[in-house]
Amino acid sequence: MSEASPEAQPRTPTARREALHFALRNRKLVVGTIIIGVFLVAAVFGPMTIDHKPTDYVGPPMTPPSSEFWFGTTTFGQDVFAQFLYGLRSTFLVGALGGVLAAAVGMVVGFVAGYRGGWVDELLNMLTNIVLVLPALVVLLIVNAYLGVRSIGVQALFIGLTSWPWAARAIRAQTFSLRSRDFVDLARLSGVRTPKIILREIAPNMSSYLFLTFILLFGSAILIAASLDFIGLGPTDSVSLGLMLNNAARWSALQLGMWWWFIPPGAGITAIVGALYVMNVGLDEVFNPKLREM
Amino acid sequence: MRRYFGRKLLIYGLTFFVAVTINWMIPRFMPGDPVSSMLSRANVAQPEAVEAMRAHYNALFGFDLPLWRQYLNFWGALLKGDLGISIWLFPTPVTDVIIRAVPYTLGLLLPSILLSWFAGNRFGAFAARRKWLDNSVLPVGYVLTATPYMWLAILLAWALGIVAGVFPVAGAYGFDLQPSWSWEFVGSLAQHWFLPFASLFLVAFGGWAIGMRNMIIYELEADYVNYLRALGAPMRLVRRYAFRNAILPQITGLALQLGVLVAGALVTEIVFSYPGLGHLILQAIQNQDFFLLQGTFLFIVIGVLIANFVIDVAYVLVDPRTRTGMGGQA
Repeated sequence: MSEASPEAQPRTPTARREALHFALRNRKLVVGTIIIGVFLVAAVFGPMTIDHKPTDYVGPPMTPPSSEFWFGTTTFGQDVFAQFLYGLRSTFLVGALGGVLAAAVGMVVGFVAGYRGGWVDELLNMLTNIVLVLPALVVLLIVNAYLGVRSIGVQALFIGLTSWPWAARAIRAQTFSLRSRDFVDLARLSGVRTPKIILREIAPNMSSYLFLTFILLFGSAILIAASLDFIGLGPTDSVSLGLMLNNAARWSALQLGMWWWFIPPGAGITAIVGALYVMNVGLDEVFNPKLREM
Repeated sequence: MRRYFGRKLLIYGLTFFVAVTINWMIPRFMPGDPVSSMLSRANVAQPEAVEAMRAHYNALFGFDLPLWRQYLNFWGALLKGDLGISIWLFPTPVTDVIIRAVPYTLGLLLPSILLSWFAGNRFGAFAARRKWLDNSVLPVGYVLTATPYMWLAILLAWALGIVAGVFPVAGAYGFDLQPSWSWEFVGSLAQHWFLPFASLFLVAFGGWAIGMRNMIIYELEADYVNYLRALGAPMRLVRRYAFRNAILPQITGLALQLGVLVAGALVTEIVFSYPGLGHLILQAIQNQDFFLLQGTFLFIVIGVLIANFVIDVAYVLVDPRTRTGMGGQA
């Protein structure tokens, strides 16, 4: 990826206004944000409107969508719409937790390796490369298979711990190009301590880049979690979109033609992750004037 | 160049070492006791029999030895190609079970990875900065790359397999056939192969097309492009130069995406009950067959390492800078 070195200084008010100006006129960003917003509202408030648990047997089995059950019912008479709303909640939770954790690890490793250089860099680089080459999902499979009780929190923890390497690499490269700039030298000469230099001088100058990285990590955490759930290693204590797909496949929703059972969860994941990616490109265009289409 | 390969091989060696260590550690240090869960699955009523089985499993895992001894024994067995005995297909050795499944997974993965990479790159490069194509390709590409592999597989299986009835949706060949080199069998094989292949191809294709399109747009802003244009070079030539520069990060991207692609193949196989490694993993999890699960894990890691090495070699062939030791992408 070419360097998206942030020319705009986010601290001056005119630059901020300019960014906002372009943000509001960027179709990709606006559409992506609206989609994410709608799903987020559904995930946060939706479950409150439902007075039974998503796994309760509330209706007649195998009914197609109706005014009473908007997304129909499962083979066992569970409300698919209720499962969908609760599943959205799990999806956002796992994406946010896993994304934040991966971004945090990636930032620490990337900043330290890029700023320190030398043997610290060599060592961290080696670690990054090893975790990068290991196929994350397969490692997660092994770990989760041995866990008897699985929760969304633990799932997010392990996803975060396995999906940070490319972020660390990218942040390291950015830090590397910033660390010999004049303002960093000045801070170092005036005796500012390393953590403070990283936090006050380097990080703010790549804040847009960090945010974009977080969005991508968020999306990939959602996809990994969905795959794990689908294989049958999902959370044992809650509902998720991946788990819905797993149940639909296991109880032959396909052969029975119960499309209302397997289309909503997949469509939900696709919409959320797709919107995140589109938002990412839109933001990139806002922050990086070269990419704006005039 | 020797230094480049030396470093790469060192990293792959270390990765393999880490993978084996993870494999050894997880059953021993995770909460929960695999032996008890296997015993409870066996569902034996007599306490004496349970005790005998517990002793048998403990000896099988070598749980009664000191830890360092267990670790060395684990490596010893591994180097002899002994990954234990499958519980699901008792008493077949895990290695045999896996080797029988590997061709199916490779048969899906290799064509879908290579074809989607070539087609996606070509298409993305073609679409970049062409108003109409760009506006139609881009949204489709984003939807495709955001689709979970298993969901696209389910949709294809449902639409083309069950509703339209054009393709079969389970297994690698007809249930009424025996593996042989007859036309009938090969035809059935191809028919069963097509849908899983198509869903893997489509999702990956979207990702490559978008990546290439963005890369070309970056390249078209570069100084050498402006210079060429100022000289009055035809756009086709300029695009060709941009493509050659943009393909390098895409090769690195292929290495980075391998894990995701393998994961995609695993879940796609599960949807189609395709008898590859993904199917084995599902059976291993459902039958609590930990030897099989761990053996499959190691096989996949080895496969990914080999593929990474092949990509490194390809990179050296394509990028002359790595050959003269001038850096480039390390």
